[in-house]
Amino acid sequence: MLLRHTTKEIKERKALTVNPAKTCQPIGAMYAALGIHNCLPHSHGSQGCCAYHRSALTRHYKEPVMAGTSSFTEGASVFGGQANLLQAIDTIFTVYEPDVIAVHTTCLSETIGDDIPQIAKKAETDGKIPKGKYVIHANTPSYVGSHVTGFATMTKAMVDYFAESNGRKIEQINIIPGYVEPSDMEEIKRIVSELGIRSVMFPDTSNVLNRPQTGRFDMFPKGGTTVDALRSTGSSKATLALGRLASGPAARALDAKCKVACEILDPPIGLAATDAFVDTLRRMGGVSVPESINTERGRLLDIITDMHQYFYGKKVGLVGDPDQLISLTEFLVSIDMWPIYVVTGTPGKKFESKIKEITRDVPHEVKVASGGDMFLFHQWLKNEPVDLMMGNTYLKYISRDENIPLVRFGFPILDRVGHSYFPTVGYRGGMRLLEKILDALLDKTDRESPEESFELVL
Amino acid sequence: MAASKTDPAPGIESVDPGELKAELVAKYPTKVGRKRAKQIVINSVDECGEVPEIGANARTIPGIITQRGCSYAGCKGVVLGPTRDIVNLTHGPIGCGFYSWLTRRNQTRPDGPGDANFMTYCFSTDLQDEDIVFGGEKKLRQAIREIYENFRPKAIGIFATCPVGLIGDDVHAVAREMKEELGINIFGFSCEGYKGVSQSAGHHIANNALFTHVVGLDDTASEGKFKINLLGEYNIGGDAFEIERIMDEAGITVVSTFSGNSTYDKFANSHTADLNTVMCHRSINYVAEMMEKKYGIPWIKVNFIGAASTAKTLRKIANYFEDEELIERVEKLIAEEMVEVEKVRREVESRCAGKLAMLFVGGSRAHHYQDLFAEIGMKTVAAGYEFAHRDDYEGRAVLPEIKVDADSRNIEELAVEPDPERFNPRKSEEALSRLKAKGFRFKDYDGMMAEMASGTLIIDDISQFETEKLIEKYKPAIFCAGIKEKYAIQKKGIPMKQLHSYDSGGPYAGFKGAINFWREIDRMVNSKVWGYLKAPWQESPELTATYGWE
Ligand code: SF4
Ligand code: SF4
Repeated sequence: MLLRHTTKEIKERKALTVNPAKTCQPIGAMYAALGIHNCLPHSHGSQGCCAYHRSALTRHYKEPVMAGTSSFTEGASVFGGQANLLQAIDTIFTVYEPDVIAVHTTCLSETIGDDIPQIAKKAETDGKIPKGKYVIHANTPSYVGSHVTGFATMTKAMVDYFAESNGRKIEQINIIPGYVEPSDMEEIKRIVSELGIRSVMFPDTSNVLNRPQTGRFDMFPKGGTTVDALRSTGSSKATLALGRLASGPAARALDAKCKVACEILDPPIGLAATDAFVDTLRRMGGVSVPESINTERGRLLDIITDMHQYFYGKKVGLVGDPDQLISLTEFLVSIDMWPIYVVTGTPGKKFESKIKEITRDVPHEVKVASGGDMFLFHQWLKNEPVDLMMGNTYLKYISRDENIPLVRFGFPILDRVGHSYFPTVGYRGGMRLLEKILDALLDKTDRESPEESFELVL
Repeated sequence: MAASKTDPAPGIESVDPGELKAELVAKYPTKVGRKRAKQIVINSVDECGEVPEIGANARTIPGIITQRGCSYAGCKGVVLGPTRDIVNLTHGPIGCGFYSWLTRRNQTRPDGPGDANFMTYCFSTDLQDEDIVFGGEKKLRQAIREIYENFRPKAIGIFATCPVGLIGDDVHAVAREMKEELGINIFGFSCEGYKGVSQSAGHHIANNALFTHVVGLDDTASEGKFKINLLGEYNIGGDAFEIERIMDEAGITVVSTFSGNSTYDKFANSHTADLNTVMCHRSINYVAEMMEKKYGIPWIKVNFIGAASTAKTLRKIANYFEDEELIERVEKLIAEEMVEVEKVRREVESRCAGKLAMLFVGGSRAHHYQDLFAEIGMKTVAAGYEFAHRDDYEGRAVLPEIKVDADSRNIEELAVEPDPERFNPRKSEEALSRLKAKGFRFKDYDGMMAEMASGTLIIDDISQFETEKLIEKYKPAIFCAGIKEKYAIQKKGIPMKQLHSYDSGGPYAGFKGAINFWREIDRMVNSKVWGYLKAPWQESPELTATYGWE
């Protein structure tokens, strides 16, 4: 057994996290910052955090992930990191020449209390920030929230630093996609433009973290939201934010700063959430929904109709991030699956009540944990197994020990490709999810059914 | 390779390393450039094997996109990570523990289903706001109790992360207290990420704590006639398994490996071995030195990377024991293993010879893996370490010259004395002089540079910018580094082999490992994919009227 020490008996833990279902803020901030065009994320702290964040993102995307670090030594951690950040800004603008340096803090610089705006100001006075270039920042202490919080904070920083309203509204809608894959961002843009709506999306990691092999490496690839586009978000007609945790703060900041009205929806994962997304877009943009979108929706429905018998009553265990889990749970419930264990490591009481509400008609007890971990999740499974698990790659250890099929979903996925190319949002994304779920369930059936009931046609 | 030490490596004549160095340095702000210049050296090996001085183990300049990680990574991730039955508890916010969870590909093979294995688990105190403000010791104590209640391990290691050092939590005091309370061995590591300048500091910290708290706890005489420890071998991709296989066949007992496929009990008993063999000099030489002082176990440098190196290492170990039977057995084993090795080597050589390699990684592999490339005729034109010290480049002879700077000074050097009861010199003075007269060398590490051709480039702590420039100039057939470098290099159309985690596959150590590695390099440098980078219409964009409609 790979997880041989996980017992059925659950003992209360107050201080110990085992097999976390979240990670730390800066990685989310780094990911978000990669969604700005010509931007180098910068980790203000010891170089280990930066190395870890880059490695984790690289393993998940199989793409270059560039970022700078303030390389704190013991001295810096005693006297503060001002000298380090000043040096870093100089080095980065001289050597790597980005348009934007997006600084996030780490636990260390947060504990020290470094004042990033003040240091950036000093860099400016010292002439270390070339004209037309920017240093932006987000405070991302990991002893608060999770990687999702970091993503949200850096996304909000884009508003704080760049959004401006010139008094006139322009015919465009802001889309804040949330902490989703580059493929999802691409798909969201496609749906928006299919509806004939002009939009600005930020951050936008498509063509950054799913770029093609061309025989060339560009430090700053084609993708990412440009500074000009970010500026224009203050003049947009409205903002559609996807994911309360990941996108809510930026959307509200934009409203407060530039009076851009916002709607915050759950990420468009599955039927109902995508319906809400398309319907909101339609109303915001004052457009009607084209037939092509109806067709996509109809196809998703068709799979549900045709394969309903394989979903019905199947118990599912989910581990992931709150925003996605809310939509995903709703989707599974809507096709009559029973998500009975839902775990996120990200703290937040609202999550639990929301999941309870979504699953209230599931004819089975539903266990929910925010601030939970995969050890607890596994213990639940030991007490009552499920038919399917969905979550990140770490679940494969449980999957193998307990012989429960796994659909990889969320972050990080370290052992398969696809997530950066094929979306799980929108109707097409829903179809892909169903395909994956069916493959996982039916492969197990095919592998394990007795010979006499092994079937050709399912 | 050794024969042509003073000749320039062929294939690099088109690049003037001096010019290239100047170009690299010029890109940086002046002061930064001056510092980088010390760490970029054009190799020259004179007749006596003297090499130029290189700057190493120095701070990375902020803003440089570096390969390096932190002391915590070197301590918890590298040295302690591969031990299966110690619960490694990260004391800090969640990230540090999360990222070092199962990401290094070190394998372990528990002795049956009842044997402890915590490597698949990640333990963290997941510090929160209030802990940072009011201190995290209380939470740490409670977490240790909960580990004990849930897992009943033999031992628990506590690893301090950056903020922990700053808020003043004393992991050692808590360790002592909890050891008392629970009656199991508990020890702390002050491996906060800001210590030192790279992972290297963490290796040293790990060595110190293992030596202080575990080594020597179990005096049971280990079995076997020829007993060694294997130090600095982390069982990435199963390397230690292959070495264990070879040792078994040679009749040599590996008492303990630091730390691939290791257990707490084996560490505790490791002082009963009669020889320490050091693979990764950088990460583990401290334990070797301290065990020699305290227990009288001599150490030698070995290398199981490369078939010839493996053979050489086996002979060296056999010679140390001065046992005719062992020497014979080793010769026989080498002869047997070399049959298949030679077959594959020839085959791969025919497709790879003359191609260029670059290795920028770690603290020993950038050196060791050159042997594997050399055996298939590939030339290393540039190399460097991520976190090594000058002795790893220039050889241990340079040790007395190395200045201890502020960053190294705060890593504790343990004062070790001979153990009053257990100090036992494994070789008599007479035996030592006999061995030395035969050319046998102890504590022998001559470093990377002496084995590289003159005119090659040695770059310490290479940056992303320098990496790109090097590739553009030399267009190597393969580049070896780590995961962060991998895809930027491959996007340039150059295959990139990870030498930390090996990407996938392994083992690459020993005889079977050499075969695996050569097949892998053959696959990579000769992959068809590199021929597809241009679509047909990009190769010949001109239009013809053949399919035009009237
Ligand atoms: S110190 Fe904080 S920011 Fe750095 S890796 Fe650990 S949790 Fe993340
Ligand atoms: S916080 Fe410190 S210990 Fe943790 S990853 Fe960052 S540098 Fe390393």
